[in-house]
Amino acid sequence: MSKASSLHARRKLKNAVMMTLSVMAAGVGLAWLGLILGALVWKGAAGLSLSVFTEMTPPPGEAGGLLNAIAGSIIMTFIAMIVGTPIGVLAGTYMAEYGRYSRLSMVVRFINDILLSAPSIVIGLFVYELMVRPMGHFSALAGAAALAMLVVPVVVRTTEDMLNLVPNTLREAGTAIGAPRWIVIRSVAYRAALSGIVTGILLAVARISGETAPLLFTALNNQFWSSSLNTPMASLPVTIFQFALSPYEEWQQLAWTGALLITLTVLGLSIFARSLTARREDR
Amino acid sequence: MNAIYEAIPARIAGRRAAAVRRFALADAAFHALTRASAILVLVMLGGVGISLVVGAWPALSAFGFSFVTTQSWNPVTEKFGALAPIYGTIVTSAIAVLVAVPIGIGIAIFLTELCPRPLRRPIGIAVELLAGIPSIIYGIWGLFVFAPFLQIHLQPLVIDLFRGVPVLESLFAGPPYGIGLLTSALILAIMILPFTTSITRDVFETVPAVLKESAYGIGCTTWEVTRHIVIPYTRVGIMGGVMLGLGRALGETMAVTFVIGNAHRISPSLFAPATTISATIANEFTEADGELYTASLIALGLILFVLTFLILAAARYMLLRIERRTGA
Repeated sequence: MSKASSLHARRKLKNAVMMTLSVMAAGVGLAWLGLILGALVWKGAAGLSLSVFTEMTPPPGEAGGLLNAIAGSIIMTFIAMIVGTPIGVLAGTYMAEYGRYSRLSMVVRFINDILLSAPSIVIGLFVYELMVRPMGHFSALAGAAALAMLVVPVVVRTTEDMLNLVPNTLREAGTAIGAPRWIVIRSVAYRAALSGIVTGILLAVARISGETAPLLFTALNNQFWSSSLNTPMASLPVTIFQFALSPYEEWQQLAWTGALLITLTVLGLSIFARSLTARREDR
Repeated sequence: MNAIYEAIPARIAGRRAAAVRRFALADAAFHALTRASAILVLVMLGGVGISLVVGAWPALSAFGFSFVTTQSWNPVTEKFGALAPIYGTIVTSAIAVLVAVPIGIGIAIFLTELCPRPLRRPIGIAVELLAGIPSIIYGIWGLFVFAPFLQIHLQPLVIDLFRGVPVLESLFAGPPYGIGLLTSALILAIMILPFTTSITRDVFETVPAVLKESAYGIGCTTWEVTRHIVIPYTRVGIMGGVMLGLGRALGETMAVTFVIGNAHRISPSLFAPATTISATIANEFTEADGELYTASLIALGLILFVLTFLILAAARYMLLRIERRTGA
């Protein structure tokens, strides 16, 4: 009996040790991430003022803002979304509707999942080879193209997943009243999956709004206001990169503030996107 | 049947046929459009591979296989070898995975077995949100907060501690710069933690409740259930998650570029500045003059692309296997 109870005690002890470790892992992991966000808010909020949004990026050693960088990010993100979203939605539509069980869909699904986590700097190199080198100069257009290539896999994935959730009975009802396939897709499947597809698009915006690596040698950077798509353009992430590594305190402060802005944007977009699908699940 | 058709006047029947033809045509067009978009995704990946090979060709033909076995990186004499960045990439990623995976599994156990139910969803969502934070944020934190902390507090302590211990001495040698291999690896670990956690949690949740309940039923402790039921059942999925994290870590640029130190040499010390493939490209590409220099950097990109492709493909294959099993 005593042998059995000592075994029992040992097992209980081992369990307690392992469970404590796992609680500690959760504590350490979440605290660590909390620490990063805390530092970000602390340092970033210190430089937050109206001039950040109204003034251009300053020369070294002077005060200024991030206006041209913010505008550049918005412009390039916007173009990337306009180019990338239709391709992504259409490809996702093919995989979920026309070719759900086809070999092509299987291959695209696999490749798309790889593109989803492929190193973004390699995408930057690709666009450099494809656009910057032939054109002979860096441009906002090339930056937007690189971002668009990151948008596509995200949108493909969510579109396909969301269309797959649409019950087949809905499609059959559409077909039964004589609607051709594309009208069923447009008026039934898209409509039923709309909030999910929008979620995917928002997540794609969140994904590219913080991307730095693919912009480094496509859009480059620009100290000044630029409205031409054919010239280098500033973006928030690249500006943060440049300013953070500089020895000037004003620049470093702006980098922190920019980092805070990006994080707030990304978190805001993700939370909003999630709330769209969460409502759907509750229904 | 015939009676119905005869009842329809020819004019209307003609319009009907035209409408059906129009519908069929539009449908075929839409089908072709979506199919072309799907093929475009394939073309994109193929295009990336081909353009990298083309761009890297001058370097590959000039240096041949010695490109991956030599260490010198000299823009002046135009001698380029990729060994140092490859070493840095693999070492930082390996350490990052070694640190992040046990913590990730721990958090997953916490979330699936221990956490009070009302807290599960919020913590799970928080973890997923953190996975979306851009890597430049981790980079800037590493540079301004983490590296100075390591430099002032941790590194001198560790260097003193291991002085005189044979292997560890050289592993933790040198002046405490703050930046370097270990700092980068730790920041990568924090970065991939949300990925490994959420995938591990997802695969843990695929374990049928019946299996766990029968183990609990014969008196197993929570740890025994995890160790002997949950982990064996989800082994392939966990491996997939680990590989996915590894793929992320290998290709990660911004978080590393800030704190790696960009030094093209292989040092046994983990505290020494080093470089990775992505950091080298990010730091040097716009300043590279000369065709061979640019081509060498693109060749680095090609190596990274192939490496991550293989690892991500393996990861996806493993995760696919576990998906199929739960689907069946």
